[in-house]
Amino acid sequence: MFNTNLDAIIPMLCVTLAGLAAMGAEAFRSPGERIAIGGLGIIGLIGAAISAAMLWNRNAEGFGVIVADNFGLFITLTLVIVGVLTIMFSSQVLERDGMPSGEYYALLLFSIVGMIMMATANDLLVIFIALEILSLAVYVLTGIRREIGGTEAAFKYFLLGAFSSAFFLYGIAFTYGITGSTRLSAVGSYLSAQALTGSPLILIALGLLLVGFAFKISAVPFHMWTPDAYEGAPAIVTGFMSTGVKAAAFASFARVFLSSFEPFRADWAPLVAAIAAATMILGTVVGVAQSNLKRMLAYSSIAHGGYLLVGLVAANQVGKAAILFYLLAYSVTNLAAFGVIALLGTRDRNNDELRDYAGLWHSRPALAALMTVCLLSLGGLPPTAGFIGKWYIFSAAVSAGYYWLAIIGVLTSVVSVFFYLRVVVMMYMEDRQGAPEPARVTAFGMTALGIAIVAIFSLGILPTPVLNLAAESIATIF
Amino acid sequence: MNVPLLTISWVLPLAGAIVMLLVPNPNGSRNHLFRWLGLLVSTATFVVTLGLWYWFQPGGAEFQFIERVPWIPAFGIDYYVGIDGISLLLIVLTGFLTPIALLSSWVGIEHKVKEFVIFLLALEAAMIGVFISLDLFLFYVFWDAMLVPMYFLIGIWGYDQRIYAAIKFMLYTMAGSVLMLIAILGLAYLHSEATGMYSFDLLKLYMLPIAPETQRWFFLAFAVAFAIKVPLFPFHTWLPDAHVQAPTAGSVILAGVLLKMGTYGLVRFAFPLFPMAAAEFAPWLALLATIGIIYGALVAMVQPDMKKLVAYSSVSHLGFVVLGICAMNVQGIQGGVYQMLAHGVSTGGLFFLVGMLSDRRHTRAIAAFGGLKNVVPRLTAASLIITLASIGMPALNGFIGEFLIMLGAFRWDPRYVVAAGLGVILSAVYMLWMFQRVYYGPVTDSHNADMPDMKAHEWAGIAPLCAMALFMGVAPTLFLKPMEPSVKRIVERVQTNQNLRVRNETKDSKFKMQTRSESPQRDEARRVLYPAVP
Repeated sequence: MFNTNLDAIIPMLCVTLAGLAAMGAEAFRSPGERIAIGGLGIIGLIGAAISAAMLWNRNAEGFGVIVADNFGLFITLTLVIVGVLTIMFSSQVLERDGMPSGEYYALLLFSIVGMIMMATANDLLVIFIALEILSLAVYVLTGIRREIGGTEAAFKYFLLGAFSSAFFLYGIAFTYGITGSTRLSAVGSYLSAQALTGSPLILIALGLLLVGFAFKISAVPFHMWTPDAYEGAPAIVTGFMSTGVKAAAFASFARVFLSSFEPFRADWAPLVAAIAAATMILGTVVGVAQSNLKRMLAYSSIAHGGYLLVGLVAANQVGKAAILFYLLAYSVTNLAAFGVIALLGTRDRNNDELRDYAGLWHSRPALAALMTVCLLSLGGLPPTAGFIGKWYIFSAAVSAGYYWLAIIGVLTSVVSVFFYLRVVVMMYMEDRQGAPEPARVTAFGMTALGIAIVAIFSLGILPTPVLNLAAESIATIF
Repeated sequence: MNVPLLTISWVLPLAGAIVMLLVPNPNGSRNHLFRWLGLLVSTATFVVTLGLWYWFQPGGAEFQFIERVPWIPAFGIDYYVGIDGISLLLIVLTGFLTPIALLSSWVGIEHKVKEFVIFLLALEAAMIGVFISLDLFLFYVFWDAMLVPMYFLIGIWGYDQRIYAAIKFMLYTMAGSVLMLIAILGLAYLHSEATGMYSFDLLKLYMLPIAPETQRWFFLAFAVAFAIKVPLFPFHTWLPDAHVQAPTAGSVILAGVLLKMGTYGLVRFAFPLFPMAAAEFAPWLALLATIGIIYGALVAMVQPDMKKLVAYSSVSHLGFVVLGICAMNVQGIQGGVYQMLAHGVSTGGLFFLVGMLSDRRHTRAIAAFGGLKNVVPRLTAASLIITLASIGMPALNGFIGEFLIMLGAFRWDPRYVVAAGLGVILSAVYMLWMFQRVYYGPVTDSHNADMPDMKAHEWAGIAPLCAMALFMGVAPTLFLKPMEPSVKRIVERVQTNQNLRVRNETKDSKFKMQTRSESPQRDEARRVLYPAVP
């Protein structure tokens, strides 16, 4: 009936096993014993990366609903990098804050499983299941540090997320009702075969699915949960949420809308373009007013979602590869920035207000320099990865004729440089008056930051290998 | 030459900066080492640029020392560098001014000296990169990369309002340059439409036929970016703040080299890539330039702060350069490029001198000085030479540039020159008045009575500038010759397209082309009066 070959799901299986091993290690751990559970997670993720690399160009199919094509594998590799960096940053944070480490790593790994599944799924219901897997784990991770702020954030995220998942499911129901299948390929061929333009049912289905996806990628006007959830969660979880969840959601968004609903581009493209413009503008403008660094980066990640949407709208070949490259560049950079915020906190204070960074250059010059590079990359200044990513996305927009979107995009980039530079100003140019002494950073944390910086510069100066990979990735499905 | 001299010229300062990054400087104990190391590296870079001049073949308009390596083949982006006469002179200027800038802050910068030198060298690498890039993507990378070190130089080592000035500088310049980014992407897309492959190769894009309507938008996008950098009125408001708040070295480099990037961009990119739009908008640009000349001069006249006065004088002088470029003939553009060099030398010198005075008295107010002639005679002498060079007195370098510009502009449209001539007079007014108030008269403030004269490092910085001001004034051919073929080629390119347009739109009376007259009497008169000029 369908392919029962396990090849396509081996990356997911590796990470699942790692997650189960983490749970088991925590369950059988005697109190006071320290096990490197994070190490198990890293091993599982590396296994997933190796198997993803071996599956490259093979278009393996699993059970008819999972397709490990190059596109999904590129996102899998991105997610593996995100996971490894998160685990490396987390080790110091867990010890310091006394969070339950086994549960933390298990939830993290299961969330990554959900993300990989979402990126490689070929069926709307499986996308929904994956969405729920990754979301539920992330909801718990948001509130894992048992304090008022975190619990409130987790609840907000959970309620709004459940609501939007319901919308998404309703959209799937309509799609099934019209096309008779939830498999993306079947949906696509049905929609292109029948002349259904203007049919209200399809438009409703499109709208509902759009709501579901837009919530996950924090697009305007479904972004209201983002600043609160990002501020309340522990900084490293925020980093994980802002990068991994966005990557998986965008991958799925691109797959659903650019392959199945492509015949209805004339209907959804103007809407998505308007959402992209609003997202970029709102994320940048409101970000200017923030004094809490996590909130500011939350709004900045909303704006980056807007840039990715521009790539989605301008979906010629360049645009699709641009989304992949930008996701990788943005994930590494954003995670490094949140990693710095996480590493600088102490048990009593989060140290995430702007004034806590005053004069950081004097006490922690290396950390300040690394944070500066991350912020410059987020702002899109050469020679960093963020610059190449923005170049790629705006190239796509200009080639597709969306000049106005490109102009909005570049102008909001300039405005965003303002609030990134504000942090740099604080670090380099203010004196430390009464600001608390930042925590020492462990070797793991510095290694992770080092990896991120090397990645940012190499993607910025020699992007060709990754650009070629991205171009290869879209060739098969679109 | 098999040695990749052009790549060396920008990699050398960058490598120096990276090496310095790795050497620790605990509590500033090695400050002097870093200063000398920085001086060594920047002087070595200057020697490399002189070598480029030495091996440059002055006869042709072709780009020389070309190096081309595929960089991002998916987009048709290459690492493509080369120089012609114009860029050669500008990178020699950069190499010349960077050690001098370092010398100007030799004792003025006391804390975090290592990082200061690192940022200055990184800035030099980016500046040289801008002038040598022949690939639009590479040009844009260096253009934006130049913002970051300058931002840090102003923001960390500047004066009291430094952060405001640094952010204003960065955001203002970036806003212009991102619009240029869209135009660059549009050009590459048009190239891919025409030939099937993306390319950012400048020489190929010169050949690309672009529709007039598109040319207008792209020209505006490029022109805005460069107009902000020049700075052209009314995009100049970042300049006084940035100049005043920057440390002396920052001001010397900002005025000496960074402002030239705007005018270089107009000559290299905006005018030749979009000749029809250039011809259409040149009168407007020239109008803004002329307003800038007069406005800059008038505002400079009433400044009580020396540095701000010199900053506004920059606005005024660079208005001349833009006027010369807008004339779109050989004298105008040659004069413009020459004035770029002259302004770099003389305004760099002015900021050096102002820095010397403000380091001694910790104030920049003109009223705090007076009667310095008898206290610091050598400083006064150097100041006089630089001031006269800035005004444009014959026998010094400013004269040649301004004269050629006004000659070229007169051939194009005499009205602008009348106003520009007024600017020359005004510049004499405000500069000489400042000179008189600071150096002549009685010593009004007792603190000035025991001011020390120039020290060794200040001599080392000012003497080359004064020498260059004199040398460029009496032997201009040495500098005019390398750039002549390239300027001629640019003029040909712009004028050919203008003529095509005139021939195609004979009914359109809006575009009166003054460069090619239709009357035989005028042609005869021109042949008699200017036999050597095309």
